[in-house]
Amino acid sequence: MAATVYIPMPFRRLAGNQVYVEVEGRNVAEILNQLGSRFPALRDLLYDKDNEIPGHINIYVNKLEIHTLQGKETPIADGDEVAVIPAIAGGQVLSPEQVTRYSRHIIMPQVGPVGQRKLMAAKVLIVGAGGLGSPSALYLALAGVGTIGISDFDVVDLSNLQRQVLHQNDDVGRPKTVSAKETIESYNPNVNVVLHDGPLTSDNAMEIIPRYDIVVNGADNFTTRYLVNDACYFAGKPLVDGSILLFEGQATVFIPGQGCYRCLFPAPPPPGLVPSCAEAGVLGALTGVIGSVQAIEALKLILGIGETLASRLLLFDALTMEFRQVKLRRDPKCPLCGDDPTITELIDYEGFCGAPFPGQDGS
Amino acid sequence: MAIEVRVTASLQKLVGGQRAIQEEGATVGELLDRLEGRYPGFKQQIVTDGRLHRFVNIYLNDEDIRFLQQLDTPLKEGDVISILPALAGGC
Repeated sequence: MAATVYIPMPFRRLAGNQVYVEVEGRNVAEILNQLGSRFPALRDLLYDKDNEIPGHINIYVNKLEIHTLQGKETPIADGDEVAVIPAIAGGQVLSPEQVTRYSRHIIMPQVGPVGQRKLMAAKVLIVGAGGLGSPSALYLALAGVGTIGISDFDVVDLSNLQRQVLHQNDDVGRPKTVSAKETIESYNPNVNVVLHDGPLTSDNAMEIIPRYDIVVNGADNFTTRYLVNDACYFAGKPLVDGSILLFEGQATVFIPGQGCYRCLFPAPPPPGLVPSCAEAGVLGALTGVIGSVQAIEALKLILGIGETLASRLLLFDALTMEFRQVKLRRDPKCPLCGDDPTITELIDYEGFCGAPFPGQDGS
Repeated sequence: MAIEVRVTASLQKLVGGQRAIQEEGATVGELLDRLEGRYPGFKQQIVTDGRLHRFVNIYLNDEDIRFLQQLDTPLKEGDVISILPALAGGC
């Protein structure tokens, strides 16, 4: 029996770009088998690892869902229309706009409609809307992360525009949080941008960080770095860390219990010893590389795919175009996440680092 | 035996702007002493009172020497030493 199969938009590229395909079969199972044989790439999306139709794919025969008929045994008569409609268990579908917007995600088996819904339900905090915070926030917004928090206290400076892609010419002098929100919303109005104006300090970190699933670190000073590290550990949140200077960058993921920033660097350098970007400079495009790595790591954590950078420190040298990795370990003697922790709550980070939180010293 | 020493960003100015230099040493400590001989002032950026600063890491290939034998970690031909100070910058 020949049925007309309707191919939904995200899958069409895998079915020779056709909207309708004529397929022969006596029942739904045979129809889907035929479809999978003709279009092998589609087969991966139609069948899960147990060779069953995944829970997020609904199959309709003449507008009736097959679970209300005879499932895969539902007989097919000549001229029947079979529609393949991605959904999620529970029946909620992505809107047509979202299906189009995120189609390049949805057609990948490792993402699919289920993964896209995970992204849309995720909440990520970006600490610092600067060199690293900009590209990471932007790519997470484009990917459809549902809630993005932006923590920053500063205003846009002309010198930021050499690299901070969330801010544009007309934003000079405006708060970075507001500029960030407007940019993100202009790219993807689906994203709920939550602003946290003002510096992140020991007074507010434990009130803000627990509201999110993942924190992406774009801080540019050690005081904030140690604060964010400790707060993420106490809140049980993964921290996607990155740093840059001159032509080099580093990135890693700290998952509570698998090592933290203090395991890597137990103490900060004396104030003034390690220059900031303002003092030594940074190649603008380098922030895009490391910030994108951070966005990718956050996406992998949300989707539960690939291998995270946890337990590895990624090193990048832009001048030689070399990526290297070194091992990161949890230090059993770490005062925060070691076997005998001595730090059990947020400390005086300004005292520890010998430098104030930014935005609180009049700068 | 020749060991390749890779120096990160902010330390490169202490070694004539180079990012990779060749040096010899049976242990990490000996290697640093030889580097100090060529570039006076280099070692104090990394070591104080015979101990590694806690904001500078040294990797033997891909292992942090803090988890090996610290400055006494032995070296062999072909090893790569990377000296990595903490970077603050997300700026």
